[in-house]
This record gives sequence, C-alpha cells and structure tokens, in this order.
Amino acid sequence: MSLKKIHDQQPGSFIFSDQNLVEAKKILKKYPEKNKKSAVMPFLFLVQKQNKNWIPLAAMKYIAKYLSISYISVYEVATFYSMYNLAPVGKYFVQVCTTSPCLIRGADKLVKVCKEKISNKQSEVSKNGNCSWVEVECLGACVSAPMMQINENYYEDLNEQTTKEILDSLMKDKPLKPGSYRGRKNTSPEKIKNFNGEKHA
Amino acid sequence: MLKEEDKIFKNLYNDYGWDIENSKKRDDWKGTKEIISKGREWIINEVKSSELRGRGGAGFSTGLKWSFAPKELGSRPHYLVINADESEPGTCKDRDILRFEPQKLIEGCLISGYAVNAHVCYIYIRGEYYNEGLRLQEAIDQAYEKKFLGKNACGSDWDFDIYIHYGAGAYICGEETALLESIEGNKGQPRLKPPFPALVGLYGCPTIVNNVETIAVVPTILRKGGKWFASLGKPKNTGTKIFCISGNVNSPCNVEEEMGIPLKELIEKHAGGVVGGWDNLQAVIPGGSSMPLLPKNICENITMDFDSLIANKSGLGTAGIVVINKDQDIVACMARISRFYKHESCGQCTPCREGSGWMWRILDRAAKGNATHSDIDLLSDVTKQIEGHTICAFGEGSAWPVQGLLRHFRKEIDKRCSNDPIIKKKRKVPYLIDQHLLESDNA
Repeated sequence: MSLKKIHDQQPGSFIFSDQNLVEAKKILKKYPEKNKKSAVMPFLFLVQKQNKNWIPLAAMKYIAKYLSISYISVYEVATFYSMYNLAPVGKYFVQVCTTSPCLIRGADKLVKVCKEKISNKQSEVSKNGNCSWVEVECLGACVSAPMMQINENYYEDLNEQTTKEILDSLMKDKPLKPGSYRGRKNTSPEKIKNFNGEKHA
Repeated sequence: MLKEEDKIFKNLYNDYGWDIENSKKRDDWKGTKEIISKGREWIINEVKSSELRGRGGAGFSTGLKWSFAPKELGSRPHYLVINADESEPGTCKDRDILRFEPQKLIEGCLISGYAVNAHVCYIYIRGEYYNEGLRLQEAIDQAYEKKFLGKNACGSDWDFDIYIHYGAGAYICGEETALLESIEGNKGQPRLKPPFPALVGLYGCPTIVNNVETIAVVPTILRKGGKWFASLGKPKNTGTKIFCISGNVNSPCNVEEEMGIPLKELIEKHAGGVVGGWDNLQAVIPGGSSMPLLPKNICENITMDFDSLIANKSGLGTAGIVVINKDQDIVACMARISRFYKHESCGQCTPCREGSGWMWRILDRAAKGNATHSDIDLLSDVTKQIEGHTICAFGEGSAWPVQGLLRHFRKEIDKRCSNDPIIKKKRKVPYLIDQHLLESDNA
C-alpha cells in the first residue's frame, strides 16, 4: 500500500469551472441513474486537471456534495489510487518506471538523472517550479524500457543521455516530443543486425 | 512460424493506419450483421469449438465463461466489462490493441455483448493509458458515426453502447471483482467469490469480464471459423497470442505468434537474441511478473503455452516475457518485483498486506548481503502463509515468483544469506522485527 500525504496548505473552497460542469454532466450520463457514485473517479480526474494537477480537500467535499455521497467515500477513493495527487506537483510531472523490466535495462540511471536535474528528493518541485518527479510501478510499456511518463505522454527507449536532454527541455519549458528515443516504430522489432555482446541501455 | 495470413493483429505496429476506413480494409466489420444473425448459441458454440482461452492471465475457457451468464434477460440488465487495466510488469500487448487495432476490440465488444445479452459495455482502461483512451474514444466515435454502435447497432436489431472508464493507477484493479468495485466508484478491493460476476457483478447485475485481447480476437474467429483457430497452436492451447518480449534482449518487441512456439525460437528469431548470446541467459519470467521464473536449462526446450508452462511450475499468464541475463543480479531483480507487490497490495487481507512487505524486506536484505541463513526458511514460510490465504489471486501472484526464485536459485540465495543470525553477528541488522518501522522511506 502506498501512503499519501495531504498537502498542509489547502484552499478554502473549490468549484468546477463552467467547462467542467458540462463535462461532469456528460460523465454522469455514462452510468445508470441510481449509480451516480461511479462518477467519483472521473470527477477526481476533472478536479486534478482544473487544479494544476492536484486535488485539494475542498474539491473532495465538493464532489461528495455534487454526487450526494459521504465525504469519506470520496476521500477513501482519492487516497487509494496512486494517480490522484493530493499535494502540488510540478507543471511537468515526471514519473519514472522502475519496476524490474525497466530496472534491468537501466531505469536506475534515469532516476539518477532526475535527482541531478530536478530535485534530490521525490515529489519535490524543482527550484524553478517547473518539474517534479516520482518513481512509479510498471507503466505498461515494458518492451520500450526504460521509459518515463511526463504528464500524459510516454517517453520510451531512453538512456542517460536522452533523459538529460528531455529533462533539460522541460526546465526550459519547451518539452521534446514523446515516443521512442531510439527511432523505432512503436513496439516493432528493430531492424538492426545482431549486435550480441554490445550492451545498450 | 506463424504465416502472415493467419495473423489476427496485422496492424500491431501501426503500419497500415488505425482509423475505421483502414481497419475495414483489414476485414474489420465485415459481415458482422450476418454473424450476429446466426444467434447467441451459434456464437458461443463457435467460440467454444475454437478452444479460445482467456488472454488476461488465468487462461479460462472464454466460451464456457460466456455460457455462465443467464440465458434470458431478467429484471436486471447484463453488462460486458472489458479489462484494459494492463499493469502486469512485462506486459504491454493491450496497449497496442487499443492504439492500433481499436476496431477489432469494438467489434468484438458488440458481438460478445450480444452473445451475453448485454446492451452496455464498459472498457476499464488504466489511467496511465490516457492517450490510448483518447484514441479508443475516437475509434468508438467513428463506429457510432457508421452506425456500428448505438441503437440497432450494425443493423442487428441489438442496441449497444460502449463507455470508457479510466482507472487511476491501482494494479489490483486488474482483478475482475476489484475492477467492478472500481467502476462502482469504490476502492479497488476484490470481492469474495462466489457469487461470481457472471451472476452478481457490476451494480449487482450479471456481468462478463474479459481481457482486451480475448475480445479482440473473437470477430476474426467467427469470420474464419472456430476450426481455423483451433488448428493453430497445440491441442487445448489453440490459436495465436501476442508475446511481449522485454528485458535483456537485443531488440525487445511485441509479436503475434502461434501458441506453443518454443521460447528459444521466440527470443532468437523475433527479439534478436539474448544480450551477450544465449549462453549469457540467466532466467526468464515467462508470463508477467506473477509467474515463477524459469532457469536457463528449462528455457532450452520449453514451449510457450498454458499447459507446458504449468507442467514446469510456472504459467503463461499474460505472455509478458522478461529475459534476465547473467549481467543482472537475480536477487535484486526479484526484490524489486516484491517491492512492486508490496506497493500494490490493496490491504484487504492481512497475509498479503503484511506478507508482501515482509518478503520484500527479506529479499532486499539478501540483495544487499545483509541477510542471515535463517532468513531463507523464514522467506519460504512467509510465501506459504500468503499463498491460498487471500481473497484474490494477488496473494499467489506475489508469493509464486519468490517461490520460483527459491526453487531455482537456491545456491545464489544461500550465498547471499550467509550471515549468522545469533552467534556471530557480523553486522547490525535488526533481526525478525519489522524493519520498515526503522526506515522512514519504506512507507
């Protein structure tokens, strides 16, 4: 189980933006009338999108009221799932996959670069406020290991050098493109001659 | 090797375009109306005769699962739920189906939804696959535009709607009942079975939960016939399967192959061989991290199908093959997998909640060379205490890899756990107590 820390400075109130109110109505239509509770998870994502990628307690109360359910049932969902950030993160939120398939292809080097470039500690926003990073469990792109997710996008087939370049680009607020950084097409086998013995990644 | 024309997922690498027009060129939505008009019984029987087994890990017969749903619609609606919460380390096949072959999945949803009397289908995608979800939504919208979904879907007289529900980063939600809890807006904690979801599932209604790959192969099976699918692979392990080959190979990739292909052929032909050559191979995890690893001597001759892997005390699982070569520290590698399970345990059953962390701490000690030889028995004991004592299969999934390590790499473990626990204490190691209480960053 993961432990989550609630941010110590909370805004006093929260309401959905007009756009999100429309979005919320659309979401509710997906579920049966009497099972409005199902909308908790998509609503939390809406909040996160509206509120700079983190969820304040006031927003949980707001959702509870909106869906006529208890505050605790929103709170327990928000704290259970790892993708809900309960404290501020950087504008670019870097998630480095360090589970075994990525690890054996050098994810530890990516972590090292993150420590150098962003901050020494996880979940600590960088000095210029642009970036923060965390180690996460398997992101489901194992044949493109090592990889990391920056906001919604996957950056794949990385190594120390390319990670440095990507993180530098984030710091300058001009993020590089997502995708494979070894120039291959999606998850296809690379058309290269057998290079047994040569260690990459 | 699988012939090109027998491949189901021809656009696995997006060579031909994912949108509906290009999908139709690859025979998607061809004769769907006729298939549905043959009736439920025909569809279920054809799937049964294809001997398709679920691609999500358990390998349960798909046709049989469908036949568990009540035959007639009662007062409660039926639901079809697609499990796209792909989080098993080593597995990334569903992502490619969602990105590049979404129409196969959507058509499969309609047909299987009709077969199990469901008007509504929820596709549960893991939250991290945000872009893949957008792509799928786009594909669903295209299908609605063509009237393949919605009222009188595809001219079949059957109303059918598909909705996407995003997860939020919980591995356990890949377990079917936890997934249903999650759609209902609760914490993703598995339910006790029985009752099985086929009778009491989503919102208390009959629900069939299937993996993405399982559903996506259904339309092709029905078009080409169950016999065609059954003619591929081995008896009881039929058809084709997407294998994800990752880890220490020269060109890691996803590839569709026949079931029962030798592991060595798969690695050498498709993934460019083990880094450092075949002799540099240490172990292979054959089916995602929950399945026990196989040492090199077994890898020489093993074929990749459900039954022969079970015979070797492992399993095909999701067919996520992780190759580990001799440059890697096997104990550290398994310790990391244990950390994964510690992190992802939902905390509902005590043996799993406490045991997963316990296993990790012991393996972590062993990897750092701080363990004692009594730790080995303790570790083995902990895995036995978890296995079979939990509500869902997560317990087994976390215990089996460790048991596999103990079974096949005993010498390595012995070497690592060489400290004497009591008499000659070489290091200051807290023994048998909850070490995590002493380490702040283990939370």
